[in-house]
Amino acid sequence: MKHSRMRAHLAGILALLLAGGGPATFAQETHIGGLTGEASRGKQLYRRYCVGCHGPLGDGRGENAVWIDPKPRNFVTGTFKCRSTPTGALPTDEDLYMSVTRGFVNSNMPSWLPLTEQQRVDLVAYVKTFSSSFREEKPAAPVPVPSESAANQQSIQRGSELFQKMNCWACHGKEGRGDGPSAQTLVDNRGYPIPPYDFSGGTRFKCGESNQDLYRILMTGLDGTPMPSYASGLTPAQAWDLVHYLRTLQINAKHKRPTADSEQKHRSESKPVGEELEGRANRF
Amino acid sequence: MGTIIKCLHLIAAAIFAFSTAPDIARRTMAITRASGATTRTSEAWPGVPEDGTVSGTVRVTGPQTVATRIDMAADPACLKMHPAPVMSDEVVTGPNGALKNAIVYISEGIGNHSFDPPTIPAVFEQKACTYNPRILGMRARQTLRLINSDPTTHNIHPVPQNNREWNLSQPPGSSPIEESFAREEIIPVKCNVHPWMKGYIAVFKHPYFAITNKDGMFELKNVPRGEYTIEAWHEKYGVLTQKVTLETNQAKTLEFVFKR
Repeated sequence: MKHSRMRAHLAGILALLLAGGGPATFAQETHIGGLTGEASRGKQLYRRYCVGCHGPLGDGRGENAVWIDPKPRNFVTGTFKCRSTPTGALPTDEDLYMSVTRGFVNSNMPSWLPLTEQQRVDLVAYVKTFSSSFREEKPAAPVPVPSESAANQQSIQRGSELFQKMNCWACHGKEGRGDGPSAQTLVDNRGYPIPPYDFSGGTRFKCGESNQDLYRILMTGLDGTPMPSYASGLTPAQAWDLVHYLRTLQINAKHKRPTADSEQKHRSESKPVGEELEGRANRF
Repeated sequence: MGTIIKCLHLIAAAIFAFSTAPDIARRTMAITRASGATTRTSEAWPGVPEDGTVSGTVRVTGPQTVATRIDMAADPACLKMHPAPVMSDEVVTGPNGALKNAIVYISEGIGNHSFDPPTIPAVFEQKACTYNPRILGMRARQTLRLINSDPTTHNIHPVPQNNREWNLSQPPGSSPIEESFAREEIIPVKCNVHPWMKGYIAVFKHPYFAITNKDGMFELKNVPRGEYTIEAWHEKYGVLTQKVTLETNQAKTLEFVFKR
């Protein structure tokens, strides 16, 4: 066992030497689709667009940070809300790319669609250099999102029972208005107050807007916030039931919800400027 | 010549990178030390008998802290389990200000000696909407087993500075969750659903730590000779530090007094 591991190490070292790269480049390559991120180019963009809030050290202490609530993300700890990976794991490149692209509702983080895809990939590559975790830890496998079950009355009813059983109401409130008995006590991992999501407002979620995104939020949790992962408590079928029920709480949601397909299409069609942005303004 | 040295550097760097990979780091090995022997020789300090003892008490002086009442009305399931009023157990004192639930540990003097974590898991239980124990001591890379014995859903949310943060929901009747922490630190643990639930998981890379009992007493056993810094930590009162020099087979007594 030990020997085979050793051999694997030696093979790895050899591969590194042949590739001509040090260990740092091993884990930090950034790929989105066919694009490869370049941290040095990302640094230039970061210095121009991100440094004001996230700071030169990536610790979320930029000069604007004191005026901002919620506070800018500290990249050094490697803790990220929007992931496709289990709680406690690092996000994938795609997760970070989508966060930069989407921005975060109810925060000062805008959507960076005005930047080209290549620029956003470069930014992801640079942001990853702030945390040693990306060098030290293997990326985790994404949480699988199985195909959605039928959203019928029975499913919604089961979801409503789960909302009660899983104590979702303790923070989000009996009607999902973000006014549960524990809502006022919630703080993020830096001790700043953080309100639970108010479903009645109908705004999109922090980490996306499709049913698939909602499923993922339930199963991965939003690390750094009080929202836990339900991966050890819900079966995939139960999680879909809960998704269907949660949708019924969005009583003020006005716009048509995009399906996973249209989101995928939207992603692949995202262009630097112009119509794309206007399109988004209508949808969000 | 220069290129050979450069090559060696690269190999060393690569070996370092691999040795810190978590899957390698997480592997556990059975403890091979003989138990019950009076004098034991440390693997960490080869050839040095580890038979010293540091024991003593932790006390607090000054006006007594009045325990506050915990209101569990937010979750009827929790309220039902407590017919009598529940008081906070943040500060528990006995006669002479003896302080329970302080952690006493060696903070310096271990050097780079490394210890394999125990193979048995450390257990952290959610019971009657409180943590049992409130203060858990465990080792880095040891398995942490989380148990929910309540008829309500909890979430276990450790908020570390030096380890990865995670947050897991655990409904009633679900099987235990197993986790671990890679690095040393005292980690606050919360249940966001039940804001009164507070606990700490103290993670050490060595076995020389103890949590004071209701008489404020602690004992660090099997300590090899050497110079150490010993700290006493309490969640409300902070940290006290003392230095101690231990000869072979020596037992030393320390007293820590938090002044309010």
